[in-house]
Amino acid sequence: MIKLFSLKQQKKDGESGGQQKSTRSAAQLRITKDINELNLPRTCTTTFPDPNDLLNFKMIICPDEGYYRSGRFIFNFKVGPNYPHEPPKVKCETKVYHPNIDLEGNVCLNILREDWKPVLTINSIVYGLQYLFLEPNAEDPLNKEAADVLQNNRRLFEHNVSKAMRGAYIGNVYFDRCLNTN
Amino acid sequence: MVEIVPLNKKWNYLRKILERSGPFQQETFEPSGEILEFLNNTCKILVIGAGGLGCELLKNFAMMGFKNIDVIDMDIIELSNLNRQFLFRRKDIGKSKAETAAEFINKRIAGCKVTPHFCKIQDYDESFYRQFHVIVSGLDSIVARRWINGMLISLVKYDDDGNPDVSTIVPMIDGGTEGFKGNARVILPTLSPCIDCTLDLYPPQVSYPLCTIANTPRLPEHCIEYVKVILWDKENPFNCALDGDDPEHLSFVFEKAQERANKFNITGLTYRLVQGVLKNIIPAVSSTNAVIAAICASEVFKIATSCYEYLNNYMVFNDIDGIYTYKYEAEKNPECLACSSKVRTIAIKNPSSMTLQDLIDYLCNNPEYQLKNPGLTTTLNGKNKTLYMSTVKSIEEQTRCNLTQSLHELNLSDGQELVIADVTNPNSIIVKLKFTDNEVEMY
Ligand SMILES: [Zn+2]
Repeated sequence: MIKLFSLKQQKKDGESGGQQKSTRSAAQLRITKDINELNLPRTCTTTFPDPNDLLNFKMIICPDEGYYRSGRFIFNFKVGPNYPHEPPKVKCETKVYHPNIDLEGNVCLNILREDWKPVLTINSIVYGLQYLFLEPNAEDPLNKEAADVLQNNRRLFEHNVSKAMRGAYIGNVYFDRCLNTN
Repeated sequence: MVEIVPLNKKWNYLRKILERSGPFQQETFEPSGEILEFLNNTCKILVIGAGGLGCELLKNFAMMGFKNIDVIDMDIIELSNLNRQFLFRRKDIGKSKAETAAEFINKRIAGCKVTPHFCKIQDYDESFYRQFHVIVSGLDSIVARRWINGMLISLVKYDDDGNPDVSTIVPMIDGGTEGFKGNARVILPTLSPCIDCTLDLYPPQVSYPLCTIANTPRLPEHCIEYVKVILWDKENPFNCALDGDDPEHLSFVFEKAQERANKFNITGLTYRLVQGVLKNIIPAVSSTNAVIAAICASEVFKIATSCYEYLNNYMVFNDIDGIYTYKYEAEKNPECLACSSKVRTIAIKNPSSMTLQDLIDYLCNNPEYQLKNPGLTTTLNGKNKTLYMSTVKSIEEQTRCNLTQSLHELNLSDGQELVIADVTNPNSIIVKLKFTDNEVEMY
């Protein structure tokens, strides 16, 4: 047992030490590690509006194969103070015709919610998102119309996706042009 | 020896413990009148949270001879608190919990000085937390627990051999309750397991697959989550974020969730459930709070007086079916992000001529570090700052200019801690800059 207070030096000094130099949070230690070791596939780039803020950034995915090739999709990442105990909040800022992404940008990806584990990293999420574009999944729909079309008529789905990416109405929803012009 | 004043019989029961030897005392304990003196006049404790546990704790401390107590809580009193948060009355609804509790104790217990802080724990910095001998927390949020945990760990100073200086350790006693279950633990930051070491004791928040919420709800909770996660952003009814404390917001969520429940033939949706899901409310039982607070207060007493051995280090209590208690020694996680990153010191001779590039070269070439592509961040005036990171193009471009600046020009000062990530380490490491006094420099 450690005796913490010898009664001789009992007064606590609130002033010593001067200004704040540390107060590192576990989230900060972990995100520094995650970002420093980001190993993005060549279809992905990231931008940090404020390089001092590693907790808020954008991930841009430009698939080079599958239904969504030649599209350009921007995801907003918000990493909270409880990271990595809780997953980051990820929203798709580009309106996309996709069975697992709704028109508000919510993404149905298991590791972003119920299957998140603290050992997963930002990289894991990027790979998950990339996979969503390669293998859209009609069984876990967020956009039910798109999911029904994918399930019943793949050719029509393919047609709708490329039409939406060029900027067009699908049904009564307008999708902005999001072609990767580079 | 302090003379016993006959008039002051108030602390007689404490004197029996502190001024006499006993069979259960800690071996090194030396009974003396100075200990009560210390409790009464010098010992400063902080109670975090003035809710269910906080009210019990404040009452306990005030009646145990602690006279310098601070209490911090950002919440205001609500009607539903009054059944167990007994320092509050109906007329207090809408007032600050911390201020009301302090006023009550100060009026009731002569000589006790409770200082309230009506704010978030994050509003204060190191100099505030360093002034306390012991900190007790009765929090209901993991984020807040982890924050104070990180703060107390960062208060610990190390000697040149890298061993923590015991006099800089502020012990934390953490209590928690959930219905008829509760736990109490003693944390000596960096010496014993911390909140982050044992994070898996806190189950992650229940969350449901988004597609279930969106298309195939089966439970009333799915309907509430639907309004919270999908509908709120879509309809934005009050042009602001959803606030689980705002009755108008709650009514909106209840109404819309009910519509959805009807549509999918789901039963069991109630207003209380909406409150529960949105605020993550855990049912509170006043007797559990009383038990856990009593345990926490005894631990504070034992630590402050060194009279008995304190809890090592985790205790659970459960009275759902009879009474059950169990104590065990939780283990430190050697990989813990919060407390196991050893702080290493680098001596810097000339901070006004040494550039960031020089420092990085040192970290890459020094046999003790041998880093490959270090990313460096730090905290300046309470804000995070990225010094350099080469792996991400947009960050590299924006931080490249720092490389040619001297450590002084970057406002890094003596004792500055840098967080350094590198492929060669599974976790970020912490490096402390120690400026050796070669030159007289004022800035
Ligand atoms: Zn730890």
